Amino acid sequence: MTTLVNTPVPTAAPTVRTLVRPGILPAPGARLWVAACPVSHLVPGRGVAVLLPAGAQAALFLLPTGMIYAVDNLDPYAGAAVISRGLTGDRSGEPTVASPLHKQVFSLRTGAALDDPEVSLPTYAVRVQHGEVRIGLPLP
Amino acid sequence: MSTTPENSAATCTRTVVVVGHGMVGHRFVEALRSRDTESTWKVVVLSEEAEAAYDRVGLSSYVGAWDRSALALAGNTYGGDALVDLRLGTRADRVDRDARTVTTSAGDVVAYDALVLATGSHPFVPPVPGHDSAGCFVYRTLDDLDGIRTAAEAAIERAHAEGREANGLVVGGGLLGLEAANALRLLGLTPHVVEFAPRLMPLQVDDGGGAVLEGLISSLGVQVHTGAGTSSIAAQDDDRLAVELSDGTALLTDLVVFSAGVRPSDAVARTAGLAVGERGGVVTDLACRTSDENVWAVGEVAAVEGRSYGLVAPGYTMAEVVADRLLGGEATFPGADLSTKLKLLGVDVASFGDAMATTPGALEIVHTDATKGTYAKVVVSDDARTLLGGILVGDASAYTTLKAYVGREVPGDPGALVSPAGAELGADALPDDAVICSCNNVTKGSICGAIAEGACDLAAIKGCTTAGTTCGGCLPTVKRLLVDSGVELSKALCEHFEQSRAELFEIVASTGIRTFSGLLARYGTGTGCEICKPTVASILASTSSDHVLDGEQAALQDSNDHFLANIQKNGTYSVVPRMPGGEVTAEQLITIGQVAQDFGLYVKVTGGQRIDLFGARVEQLPAIWQRLVDVGMESGQAYGKSLRTVKSCVGSSWCRYGVQDSVGMAVDLEHRYRGLRSPHKIKFGVSGCARECAEARGKDVGVIATDKGWNLYVCGNGGQTPAHARLLASDLDDETLVRYIDRFLMFYVRTADRLQRTAPWLDALEGGLEHLRAVVCEDSLGIADDLEAAMARHVEGYEDEWKAVLDDPVKLSRFVSFVNAPEEADPTVAFDETGPRKVPVLLGLPTVRENV
Ligand SMILES: Cc1cc2nc3c(=O)[nH]c(=O)nc-3n(C[C@H](O)[C@H](O)[C@H](O)COP(=O)(O)OP(=O)(O)OC[C@H]3O[C@@H](n4cnc5c(N)ncnc54)[C@H](O)[C@@H]3O)c2cc1C
Ligand code: SF4
Repeated sequence: MTTLVNTPVPTAAPTVRTLVRPGILPAPGARLWVAACPVSHLVPGRGVAVLLPAGAQAALFLLPTGMIYAVDNLDPYAGAAVISRGLTGDRSGEPTVASPLHKQVFSLRTGAALDDPEVSLPTYAVRVQHGEVRIGLPLP
Repeated sequence: MSTTPENSAATCTRTVVVVGHGMVGHRFVEALRSRDTESTWKVVVLSEEAEAAYDRVGLSSYVGAWDRSALALAGNTYGGDALVDLRLGTRADRVDRDARTVTTSAGDVVAYDALVLATGSHPFVPPVPGHDSAGCFVYRTLDDLDGIRTAAEAAIERAHAEGREANGLVVGGGLLGLEAANALRLLGLTPHVVEFAPRLMPLQVDDGGGAVLEGLISSLGVQVHTGAGTSSIAAQDDDRLAVELSDGTALLTDLVVFSAGVRPSDAVARTAGLAVGERGGVVTDLACRTSDENVWAVGEVAAVEGRSYGLVAPGYTMAEVVADRLLGGEATFPGADLSTKLKLLGVDVASFGDAMATTPGALEIVHTDATKGTYAKVVVSDDARTLLGGILVGDASAYTTLKAYVGREVPGDPGALVSPAGAELGADALPDDAVICSCNNVTKGSICGAIAEGACDLAAIKGCTTAGTTCGGCLPTVKRLLVDSGVELSKALCEHFEQSRAELFEIVASTGIRTFSGLLARYGTGTGCEICKPTVASILASTSSDHVLDGEQAALQDSNDHFLANIQKNGTYSVVPRMPGGEVTAEQLITIGQVAQDFGLYVKVTGGQRIDLFGARVEQLPAIWQRLVDVGMESGQAYGKSLRTVKSCVGSSWCRYGVQDSVGMAVDLEHRYRGLRSPHKIKFGVSGCARECAEARGKDVGVIATDKGWNLYVCGNGGQTPAHARLLASDLDDETLVRYIDRFLMFYVRTADRLQRTAPWLDALEGGLEHLRAVVCEDSLGIADDLEAAMARHVEGYEDEWKAVLDDPVKLSRFVSFVNAPEEADPTVAFDETGPRKVPVLLGLPTVRENV
């Protein structure tokens, strides 16, 4: 099988944007910081999937506002790892992502499904260091 | 994927001294270090505690595990960061503001350019006689808990020998007091809680809530004494403590824990002459700057504009503000929401907004259920219209809904908000997350979402949301939502745009705005959502021939358009190459077969006369497309709201009945309109004679051969609500046929609503079919040239979307499984091939009921 993709490509000069800020404050607790990608690799408004240790995966989003959020990539409704491919936006100011499968809307800040109090996505701490986005995992 | 320790070293010019290494002090250092990319600040941290910053909020979890490292905050020793000098076990004793130095308990003098006070607070110990006896503790640090543990274990041994129960007494029945009581319980003591106020948690709940809480807590084995102060404590000969309460009660206890509130640790600030608040705390402005411009205060020690915050989140915000300020920013402290919802000893307690009804004229409405042990109160404004706050004890499930109401007008009788029948009320004013159907937990948002997606009667809503399918009690509310939405639905696209899709189309066409952000800035609000983004993307695509993944547009596309393939239930994609009119060459067919074999794809022939390949992972898509493009195939746009297929019968070239070349016409039409983005999908059919083997009248555009030319039918569809296409014009020659279709399609693209197919669009069109015929065939609006020109531009600009991606390294780079492991197959994707056909296997989920 040929592989013709997947070499990281230098993206066009990033558009002027405000200070990039991790949107989920690291909750207390020791953590392991997993390198995701350079901030410049992210497309504002879009997500990417990040592989975490032990097969877990996060959906990482940069919003046009400069905020960065990470939630779990697994859609709890569908049982498929698709959240990173959802559309972002806001609902009354709350930053959101909608599942690409059945369009349930989740808060990027808290992970909560906005129409279903019972359901929420786990969230991850995010930080940007030296232009590199990292995702924080609680240490086992 | 890699993990790295933090490293840095560079030239720095200024020094910031941080006093206190608690949660907020640590957060400040982290924030400063991660943002100070030029390394302009050197940091010295003075920590009185010997333990580097740990999770004080989670202090109670130390009980039982007794593992300090489990509470350590991430990166709390700054290993490898040469710019942070952390001095543990070193107190700041004195600050000289003129010389800008700090003298430490180790005798060092440290110079600073900026000083950040993060000294937190300490427990208040009421000055009752005997408060300093052995066996008296506070509950704030790891060391405190170690002390309590040692005393408790000794007490249990003693009590055991004496054949009695060991007990402990907590002074203070607030949030922390109850946590301490629970810790004592976990240690094996019988806890007593003494609270001076007439109720437990006096800051969070009122008398009524406190009474219910007391009942629930007592039933867990905690002895509660409210409305009583502690008068004296006296050590006994047997190492126990005799405690006398103000109500005359005398208790013998093995140990005492004070949890009677905290006081800001502002001693250093006071002696340095900084302004402090009436109730303690270093006074700052909204930038967290103290009365000395080089000194800042954050966390529990700060009194921002005179107000102290006893929670960690506001402290974190302050830390971010000061880090920003030190780097030249302008951040200010925005205030904090002090609403709380917690489970204490397994009991739900929530308070939000003005829970104590301190607003002048505020009214309280209470609902208590003694048998269930629940208490609910709402506070409303003096005119009983606006919700101000509330308290929930025992069952806090309404917390989210009620909190959403704070500051809003309450529909109808506000008492109904806490009555069990609350959900029946004023559906129009309810927030989206309000649960309408409580049997199946369906929210207003889901129901309105279903209506917006086209559910137009109760049956449809029941079908797609399950609302009202159990007890049916909510059906009147659902019905009201349905009626109400009829009005709303007619216009605003979503909460971000008041305009309808058609209006937005006109705006884009007339203003020439070519970006979503530009349109939003001038005509909308917020940042957009999953409704308006794809709609605008579609409008932008219909009005130009830019690639759908160009620039900002990439972020607007629905997942299908973003990956130019159809997402399937396990997150893999199906790939459909275009086969105009259902024609395919042998070479192409062979390639499709080989691709399916090489990538293990499931193959199915579609109803639109083409072939669907299922189960491709994101990172496989480009390789698959490359093989198809190499044999002259292109994207079939099966993923888009755009032209799908032009189905055809074999027609006059082979069929003995055929009167026109239906295949030739179908291929021409498909080539002409391929790639046209539209409000919904568009399907065509072309039949070679009136026998109608292509089922063209079930399509948006149906073309049926006559012996004089073609009949044109429009606005039909199959699917959920089938509609037969209606005759628009008869016996057209090829050229007129194409001209009419150009006009028809562009008119639809311009004026239809989002996700409105041609049949409902025609139904809603004023003047109906007659009007449409006048516009298309007689140019009654004088826009025919415009419509044709727009279509000519589309035809001219068409480009295969797959090929465009293959030719563009930046676009191509997005087709990866993981950004940090681009070629790693998603481990959650699996298939079952043991049955008659390959099917995706989901992850032991869904764990939740699908409600869409
Ligand atoms: C049991 C418990 C449960 C809690 N639960 C919650 C909760 O659920 N939610 C919530 O939001 N908050 C909770 N809190 C409150 C929260 O822990 C505090 O708001 C937060 O820790 C404040 O952080 P800080 O850095 O301002 O102060 P602290 O964490 O108190 O840190 C201040 C540090 O400064 C040190 N220090 C003081 N003076 C000096 C000096 N002169 N020199 C050097 N060092 C000095 C102190 O020893 C201390 O280590 C809880 C607190 C406790 C005790
Ligand atoms: S529609 Fe007419 S021309 Fe076409 S296959 Fe059927 S009978 Fe033949």
